Amino acid sequence: MSHSSSEPLTTADGVPLKVSLRRAVRRSKLKALLLVSPLLAFLVIAFVMPIFDMLWRSVDNPEVSTHLSRTVEALKGWDGESLPEELAFAALVEDLREGQEERNLGLLSSRLNYEKSGMRSAISRTARRAADLEPPFRESLVEAHRAWGELDTWRLIQREARPYTPSYYLAAVDRQVSPEGEIVKVPAHLEIHVALFWRTFWMSAVITGLTLLLGYPIAYLLATLPLRRSNLLMILVLLPFWTSLLVRTTTWIAILQSQGVLNDMMVAIGMIADEARWQMIHNKVGTIVAMTHILLPFMILPLYSVMKTIPPSYMRAARSLGGKPLLSFRRVYFPLTIPGIAAGGILVFILAIGYYITPALVGGQSGRFITNYIAYHMQTSLNWGLAAAIASILLFVVIVFYLIFNRLIGVDKVKLG
Amino acid sequence: MNESAVPDAPAASSQEVDTCFARFIDVQKSYDGVELVVKGFNLDIQRGEFVTLLGPSGSGKTTCLMMMAGFETPTHGDILLKDQPINGLPPHKRGIGMVFQNYALFPHMTVAENLAFPLEVRHLSKSEIARKVDRALGMVRLEGFGSRRPAQLSGGQQQRVALARALVFEPDLVLMDEPLGALDKNLREEMQYEIKRIHASLGVTMIYVTHDQTEALTMSDRIAVFNDGVVQQLASPQTLYESPENAFVASFIGENNRLMGEVVEHLGKRCEVVLDSGERVVAKPVAAGGIGSRTTLSLRPERVVLLEADDGDGERFDNCFTGTVQEVIYLGDHLRTRLALCGNDEFIIKTPNAEGHPPLRPGQSVTVGWTWQDCRALDA
Ligand SMILES: Nc1ncnc2c1ncn2[C@@H]1O[C@H](COP(=O)(O)OP(=O)(O)OP(=O)(O)O)[C@@H](O)[C@H]1O
Ligand SMILES: [Mg+2]
Repeated sequence: MSHSSSEPLTTADGVPLKVSLRRAVRRSKLKALLLVSPLLAFLVIAFVMPIFDMLWRSVDNPEVSTHLSRTVEALKGWDGESLPEELAFAALVEDLREGQEERNLGLLSSRLNYEKSGMRSAISRTARRAADLEPPFRESLVEAHRAWGELDTWRLIQREARPYTPSYYLAAVDRQVSPEGEIVKVPAHLEIHVALFWRTFWMSAVITGLTLLLGYPIAYLLATLPLRRSNLLMILVLLPFWTSLLVRTTTWIAILQSQGVLNDMMVAIGMIADEARWQMIHNKVGTIVAMTHILLPFMILPLYSVMKTIPPSYMRAARSLGGKPLLSFRRVYFPLTIPGIAAGGILVFILAIGYYITPALVGGQSGRFITNYIAYHMQTSLNWGLAAAIASILLFVVIVFYLIFNRLIGVDKVKLG
Repeated sequence: MNESAVPDAPAASSQEVDTCFARFIDVQKSYDGVELVVKGFNLDIQRGEFVTLLGPSGSGKTTCLMMMAGFETPTHGDILLKDQPINGLPPHKRGIGMVFQNYALFPHMTVAENLAFPLEVRHLSKSEIARKVDRALGMVRLEGFGSRRPAQLSGGQQQRVALARALVFEPDLVLMDEPLGALDKNLREEMQYEIKRIHASLGVTMIYVTHDQTEALTMSDRIAVFNDGVVQQLASPQTLYESPENAFVASFIGENNRLMGEVVEHLGKRCEVVLDSGERVVAKPVAAGGIGSRTTLSLRPERVVLLEADDGDGERFDNCFTGTVQEVIYLGDHLRTRLALCGNDEFIIKTPNAEGHPPLRPGQSVTVGWTWQDCRALDA
C-alpha cells in the first residue's frame, strides 16, 4: 500500500516521477529563460564583457612581442650582462624596417616610452633610417640612436616581450621597474596616483560622514512623521533625482563661486570683506559640498527603510524604564539603525569613489578624484592600460568594502526604500 | 495560593483608605483639536489595587494609559501620582513600569541586558544588577534564559520577560496595555494567573488594559468600563456583572437579553414597563427615567427560568411569558436555547444539561419566568 522508500516513485504510466517532473518543468524553465534573455544578453554585453576587457587590458602586453618578434627571438638566452650579439641588432633592424613599411610602430613606441623616456624618438628616428642602415648593425644602430648602445634598452625589450605585464598596475601606484629589474618609486615629480587615490578615499569618507550627519535626522523625521507630512518630505528628498545632475552641479557653482550668491550675502551682511571673498568652488570644498548634496538621498533612503521598521514602542519602553531621552536614543534606537547606517555608508562611499562629473566640474585642480585621471588616460594620454589598471584597483577596493560590509551586516538585511 | 492572595490586596489598601495612590481628575484628551478621545475621565486608584480599563476598540484606553506613562499630555485636567501632579514630568522620571502590547523587548540586547537596562540607567552597582536580574528572572520562571535574544523566545516567554523588565526596578505602579493580546487561549489563562500571582506577592499597583471581558473579570479588583471616552461604570467585577448601571455595561459584560419598552408606572422599588410588543413587565428601575420614558430591560440568560406547563410554581415569578424555541445549541455542560419571546427573536436562555430537563425542540412552545429584581430597567 505505502510505497517503500527505496523504490523510486513512478507515475501511472511507469515513467520515473523525477524524469516526468523534469520534463514538466522544462517548458516553464525555458519560457522563463526566454523572458530574461534580453536582460541577460544586455548584462553580458554591457557589464560582464567590459569588466573582463578592462581587467584584460590592465595586464595585456602585446606590443613588443608582435612588433619586435624577430628581436625577441634573437634575445632568447641572452644573459643581459653585456650588449647582445650582432644577430639581435640585425633582427631589430629587420623588425623596424618592416614596421616602418607597415606604419604600425606607434603603439610600440608609446608602450616602450612609458617604461623608458626617449624610446619614442629612438624608435621613430631609427625606423625612418632603417632601410639605409648597413651592417655591421651594431655600430650603425648605435650611431643612428645612442639608446641602442645602452644595456637598459635591450633589457627592457627582453622584459616587455612577456605577454602580460604588471607595469600598468605599478604605474597606477606610482611605481616602476628599474633597469635593474627592481620595483622602485617613480621620480617625485611624477608621483600623482597614490596621492589621488588617498584624496579620493578620504574625501569620499568625509562626504559619507556628512551625508550621514545630514541624512540621519531627515530619515528619522521621515520614519516618524504622520503619513501626509512624511510623504511631502519624501518628495523633497527625491526631488534631486528629478533634476539633471548637471543642473544640480552647476547650481552649486552659481552659489559658491567668489561672485556667487553665498559670498555676495556674506559681503552684504559684513561677515567678510569684499576683497577677501572665500574660494569655495574649484577646490576640495566645492567637491565635498556638491557631492554631499547629490549623494544625500542614497544615505537617507536606506536609513529610512531601516528606521521605518523600528516600532516607536522601543523608545517609549526605554523612556518608561527610566532612560533619559539621549541615553535611550544611544542605547536603544541608534544600535537598531546600524544596518541602515552601514548600508547608506557603503552605498554613498562606493558611489563617491567612482564619481566623475561633479569633481570634474567643481573640483578644480585640488578637488579632483582618481576617476578624473581615468578619464584623462582614456581621452588625452590614450594610455588605456593604465586607465584600466586604475579602474581595476577601484573595482577591487569596492569589492573589498562590499565583502567587509557583507561580513559585518549582511546584504540580505538591507532593503532600499 | 490565588485565593489566599486576593483578599490581601484590598486589605493593604484599606489601611490607607484615604490616600489615593494614582488619580485622574477630569482628564480630557484630543489628538486633533476637533474630537475628544477621552472626555472627563475620573479614576481613583488605591495603593496595591489591580484596576482594569475595559472597553471596545478605540474607546480611549491606551490613550489614558499613555497619559499616565507620560507619552501623551492631557489637553485638560490633572493626573496625580502619590498626590503629586505629574502633568509636566517626563516619562523617565515617573518611575512607572510599563508592559507594551508587542512587548517592546530590545531586539539587540539579550534577556539579561533587557532586564539590566532600567537598573543601569539608575546607576546600580554591577553585583546588585546581577542579583536583581536573577531574581526577576526567577519571579517569571525564566532562570537560565538570560543569555538568549528576545527573538529566540516563544511569545509567552517574551511576555514574561516584558513583565519582569517592567517590575525589575521595583516601580510602585505598573501599566499593562493588552499584554496578553498576542497569546493563544491556554497561554493567556496561564499568564493571567501568573500576573495575578505576581501582583499579590509584590503588592504593586497595576493598571491593566484589555478588551477581553473574561480577562477583566477574573483579574481585577475593580474595572472601569470605557466607551466613547467616558467611564460607563467603575466597580468590582461582581457588581459590574450583577448590577450594571446602564445598557452599554450590561451588554458589554456577559451575555444579556435586551427588551425595549416604555415606563408606565413606578411602584415603590419596582416599575412597570410596557414592551414594544405589548407585554407588561415588572422590573427594577436602575437608570430608567420617569413615566413615559423609553427604557432597555436587561436580563441575564442564566436568570431566566424555564417553567414546566403543569408546574404550579409560576407564581414565584413576577414575569411569565410564552415563546417559541428557535434554536438549541449544545454546549456540553449546558444548553443554550434561542427563543422568540416578547418580540425579541434573540432571547437566550441557558438550561443545565441535567436530569429533569426535557430536551427542547425548535418550534416547541415554552413558558419562561423571571423575578423583577433580575430584570433591570436601564437607559434606552
Ligand atoms: N496618535 C494618535 N493620533 C490621533 N488619533 C489617535 C492617536 N492615537 C489614538 N488615536 C485615536 O484615539 C481614539 C482612542 O484610541 P486608543 O488607542 O486610546 O483606543 P483603545 O481604547 O486603546 O483601542 P484598542 O482596544 O483598539 O487598543 C481612537 O479613535 C484613535 O483613532
Ligand atoms: Mg489600545
